[in-house]
Amino acid sequence: MEKDDLMLEQLANREYEFGFVTAIDMDISEIGLNEDTVRFISAKKNEPQWLLDWRMKGFKAFQKQEMPQWQNFKMPEIDFQSISYYAAPKQQAKYASLDEVDPELLRTFEKLGIPMSEQKHLAGVAVDVVFDSVSVTTTYKKHLNELGIIFCSISDAVKEHPELIQKYLGSVVPHTDNVFASLNTAVFSDGSFVYIPKGVRCPMELSTYFRINAENTGQFERTLIIADEDSYVSYLEGCTAPMRDENQLHAAVVELIAMKGAEIKYSTVQNWYPGDKEGKGGIFNFVTKRGACRGERAKISWTQVETGSAITWKYPSILLQGDYSSGEFYSVAVTNNMQIADTGTKIYHLGAHTKSRIISKGISAGKGQNSYRGLVQMGPKAAYARNFTQCDSLLIGDLCGAHTFPYIESKNNTATIEHEATTSKIGEDQVFYLNQRGIDAEQAIALIVNGYAKDVLNQLPMEFAVEAQKLLSLTLEGSVG
Amino acid sequence: MLSIKNLHANIEGKEILKGINLEVKAGEVHAIMGPNGSGKSSLASVLAGRENYEITEGEVWLDGKNLLDMKPEVRAREGVFLAFQYPVEIPGVSNINFLRTALSEIRIHRNLPPLSAKEFLKMTKEKQALVEFEAKLANRSLNQGFSGGEKKRNEVFQLAMLEPKLSILDETDSGLDIDALRIVSNGINKLRSADNAFVLITHYQRLLEYIVPDFVHVLYNGQIVRSGTKELALELEEKGYDWLKEEFHGNESINKI
Repeated sequence: MEKDDLMLEQLANREYEFGFVTAIDMDISEIGLNEDTVRFISAKKNEPQWLLDWRMKGFKAFQKQEMPQWQNFKMPEIDFQSISYYAAPKQQAKYASLDEVDPELLRTFEKLGIPMSEQKHLAGVAVDVVFDSVSVTTTYKKHLNELGIIFCSISDAVKEHPELIQKYLGSVVPHTDNVFASLNTAVFSDGSFVYIPKGVRCPMELSTYFRINAENTGQFERTLIIADEDSYVSYLEGCTAPMRDENQLHAAVVELIAMKGAEIKYSTVQNWYPGDKEGKGGIFNFVTKRGACRGERAKISWTQVETGSAITWKYPSILLQGDYSSGEFYSVAVTNNMQIADTGTKIYHLGAHTKSRIISKGISAGKGQNSYRGLVQMGPKAAYARNFTQCDSLLIGDLCGAHTFPYIESKNNTATIEHEATTSKIGEDQVFYLNQRGIDAEQAIALIVNGYAKDVLNQLPMEFAVEAQKLLSLTLEGSVG
Repeated sequence: MLSIKNLHANIEGKEILKGINLEVKAGEVHAIMGPNGSGKSSLASVLAGRENYEITEGEVWLDGKNLLDMKPEVRAREGVFLAFQYPVEIPGVSNINFLRTALSEIRIHRNLPPLSAKEFLKMTKEKQALVEFEAKLANRSLNQGFSGGEKKRNEVFQLAMLEPKLSILDETDSGLDIDALRIVSNGINKLRSADNAFVLITHYQRLLEYIVPDFVHVLYNGQIVRSGTKELALELEEKGYDWLKEEFHGNESINKI
């Protein structure tokens, strides 16, 4: 017991590594939310009328919607009037080159482990950084341009590619979808836009880094990725935030569109500030992510490693519209201390011969509560469609919880659905066995957890898999019970 | 090498080791035998540092260092290896990756330079051949889906890789068929040297036909009640443990008078 106590203490004392605040001049809107707020944001960004109109539709929908009540935790009271909906570094918001960026901001990026000056020379990763509300810079833009790939902030895309934005924005997640998606529609600040032309295989991982810095602000980014026929793209997002006693709201929307024969791989390593060990502070992560396989043989795969946030509420979904299209959802969600995660996926098999695969790995430690919630729906035309779901839970200690809520609906009797679920506990025996071979408890837990999550981590691009492994170990440090 | 002096230990308030004394020198093989519940596996667990045992009295020294002061992983790095009676399964962690992690911790502790991937691989191949361990098992998840015999053989493979000073084999022979027993024994015999020592915990004399011990001890009721050479094992095989039990209880009642 003594050893356990000691380790739990170590865990409690471990600080969130990214909890620093950057001292930088910010342009922050007044707190509160009304039509003027929406107009203010739209005006700040010099948006066209059609976009303002759409935001207004979102705002009206938001006002009519209720907070969801079906999730496996008590929805916290969120005072939408006490949040500032726009925060941006004060200087000129967009930079032509890195030399123009506030050096303090660059130092922040270095602390986050993304030295952009070096990134330029590193093969394989192009990074778009969204700092609070504004996209700071997009590296590698030129090289991508030559292939006809568009990778820019959504604000730039509105100006430079309005026809694509008008056609696709809100086409997968409508402005009425849910209260958080409607809110995002009304006040979304920035985010990333990707377009891969027909037949192009994007030669590098595209990546966006999200960072909440300012106090009392929410972050509402919007991401739209379009993969035209027979194209391929792999995209990764990462996120961190400073430590604050107040909860901060993050309500993002991500829309993916894969045309005939196209493939989109979307990976997330979510490490928002989780709050302290008593559950004070932390990010409320209420995110709507959905992809549509619009054409035959299209493929979308979501991979997520969720280690941060006080509350995670997120169900990356896939609409399998085209015949023979396929969808995959790979998830590792960790809850430690007082963290709550209610996450999973929804997969709608609409076309014939569509295929989906769900691998969910929940890890609960401390007093964390982890729920998997998944829906697999076979539509009337989903002849010979197939789904396989594997849903595992790992418990560390006696005070945490794991819950599973699988929903299955089939309207086509040629479709097959398979579901497997397991719950296991990291045993003292496993830890002792590794101890007896010279491996200390911290490393033992890391090995066991990474082994458990391997099927998901293997889906991440190499360099991020290593990062995610480290993050998993860090999040669970000392949590053996 | 190993010096156990008057070792007493409790588990859940019940005294299970009641004053063990044992000296093991480098190059020696000791067998510890005894009936079920006599404390054999508890002794192995206490030496390895399993935390649910409470040491109430006594000392254990390994080459002049106080073993009882060390955490389990430090004991391992100092050269104590326990071949488990029931090796655990760890899904998703490859045998090789696990061994590489273990070996690198041990080498750091012993101030040895890290092995390159190439050197490690070469060593793996040599040791696999030495203890006749299939390469396909080495690449699988740690003990996952292994048969009982494969798990035991994996323990011996790990022993070969980690090169401990003192190896404690807790009923490594149990559940092995005759071929597996031969393979395991051959492996251990090849690993014996003037610098290391083995403590074999076993129920049966059968193992000792393959690995010939220098000393045999009988553990009963938490104490070593008889020590001898390999002939003692043969005597036990022939007569069972009852005569020792009777002798022990006889002495005990005499002492009480």
